[in-house]
Amino acid sequence: MSARTRSERKLAWMLCAPAVLAMLAVTAYPIGYAVALSVQQIDLRFPEESGFVGLDNYGAVLSSELWWTDIFNTLFVMLISVAIELVLGMAIALVMYKAIFGRGVVRTAVLIPYGIITVVAAFAWQFAFAPDTGFVNQLPLISDEMDWFGGRFSSFAVIIMAEVWKTTPFMALLLLAGLVTIDSGLYEAAKVDGASAWQRFTKITLPLMKPAILVALLFRTLDGFRVFDTIFVMTRGAQDTESVSILGYNQLISRLNLGLGSAVSVLIFICVFLIAFVFVRGFGAKVDEGRPGG
Amino acid sequence: MGRGTRDYAYWSIAIAVVLIFALIPVIWLISLSLKPPDAITDQRFIPSEVSFDNYKSLFEGGIDDSPFIKPLINSIGIALITTVISIVLASFTAYAIARLEFPGKRLILAGALAIAMFPPISTVGPLFDMWRSLGLYDTWPGLIIPYLTFSLPLAIYVLVALFREIPWDLEEAAAVDGATPYQAFTKVIVPLAAPGVFTAAILVFIFAWNDFLFAISLTSSDASRTVPAALAFFTGESSFTQPTGSIAAAAVVVTIPIIVFVLFFQRRIVAGLTAGAVKG
Repeated sequence: MSARTRSERKLAWMLCAPAVLAMLAVTAYPIGYAVALSVQQIDLRFPEESGFVGLDNYGAVLSSELWWTDIFNTLFVMLISVAIELVLGMAIALVMYKAIFGRGVVRTAVLIPYGIITVVAAFAWQFAFAPDTGFVNQLPLISDEMDWFGGRFSSFAVIIMAEVWKTTPFMALLLLAGLVTIDSGLYEAAKVDGASAWQRFTKITLPLMKPAILVALLFRTLDGFRVFDTIFVMTRGAQDTESVSILGYNQLISRLNLGLGSAVSVLIFICVFLIAFVFVRGFGAKVDEGRPGG
Repeated sequence: MGRGTRDYAYWSIAIAVVLIFALIPVIWLISLSLKPPDAITDQRFIPSEVSFDNYKSLFEGGIDDSPFIKPLINSIGIALITTVISIVLASFTAYAIARLEFPGKRLILAGALAIAMFPPISTVGPLFDMWRSLGLYDTWPGLIIPYLTFSLPLAIYVLVALFREIPWDLEEAAAVDGATPYQAFTKVIVPLAAPGVFTAAILVFIFAWNDFLFAISLTSSDASRTVPAALAFFTGESSFTQPTGSIAAAAVVVTIPIIVFVLFFQRRIVAGLTAGAVKG
């Protein structure tokens, strides 16, 4: 190894060390700590009852109806919002790609939701749908008396709408980035051969965009599984709308039950890991070409 | 495609729909915030009369009694400090990854990606417990540290992608002229990299500015509570009045500057958000 190679390596490691340590400090260590907490009975309201309980906390979580209700809620909101975002995001990406005019206007428009704090967007939609302050019930075809947050699935409808509004821009921009890499000569050739617009979309655009679509879906799905802000602001989990992240928060911070709450945290971590695994192994998402969500 | 054709009309409608959908919540918040308190429940999309009472109540009582000024200072301070530290650390790392050969490069990128997928709620319990024993609970560093962790992967990925587009021949030219790798970094690359660094900084700032989960879990008072968390704890003038008007006004105050900023730098943000998303 030459002196130059050695000094290059040393410099590289020195440059990387601070960021690596900062990233590990709040992930690797705390998740290990969470595992340690999750096998103990630790309730800060009853500190004298602490002690090692093995997998009891996991048993308690997995056998509770609340956990499975929350898993359903989380997956329900995640799947529907990501599906709508994919379709809308693709439509917006195509508008931005094909537009002869107004491309800048659309890009400007989609960046507005990106710049808004999720909590603020959630309040805006909540106030819009609330029966006392909102304008939505004054719209035609909607009952003046509609109590959106009084029922489970009507609450989900508003929650999903707010999620879709906030995160479709990110999806659209990622898809647009995939769209512009397609060789436009392919479209010309297909046109000459008599392919319709729909055939060109399904036979050229979609297959060539598969990597970009998978990466966008992976990041939005994981993001969707962590849904917290919107539900917290809109219902705080009332009407059986709680997500798993809210369950974890309630156990850890509201009830100070660190043992049980940590078991929930570790289970969420495992779920996220499984989702990522399915995308990478099952669907062949190439994450090293991807990037973390914004 | 000329004006007046059918295609032109279709495009105009599509663009108008996107624009309206994007703008409705913003216009709605502005409208709510301008309604006089007794008209908050009039359910009108456009206020019938305009009043600034909601804004006045936000700032009433000065720094000590206002429910909004301290959280606003906390939000700006915490997001700015996070951005500066994160960008400095990420720039070092991204430079090494984009430019130098060393074992462990792929591992760092894979690790950063794994952290980007990490569910923040999984770290909330341990951090809550650790911060209380370390005295970091309800302090600025108590929030800055987790924000650093979760913004670094974003910053590193964006910077690696943007650094790879820099004409590195200039660095080699500097090396030929006898510059050390360190000098080549500070004298040649830093000025070239500045636009990419600025892009990453915007994204990190927005990330920290947006966080809610850590902000409500790791704070308990105005000493460090940021705006998103403070909004969730806003109360009305009395227990019978809803804080809707104050929340709307506070939301407008924290939203408009960011939107103006985002729109002003939109090309950079789009470049940053999609950097490395596909192999260009």
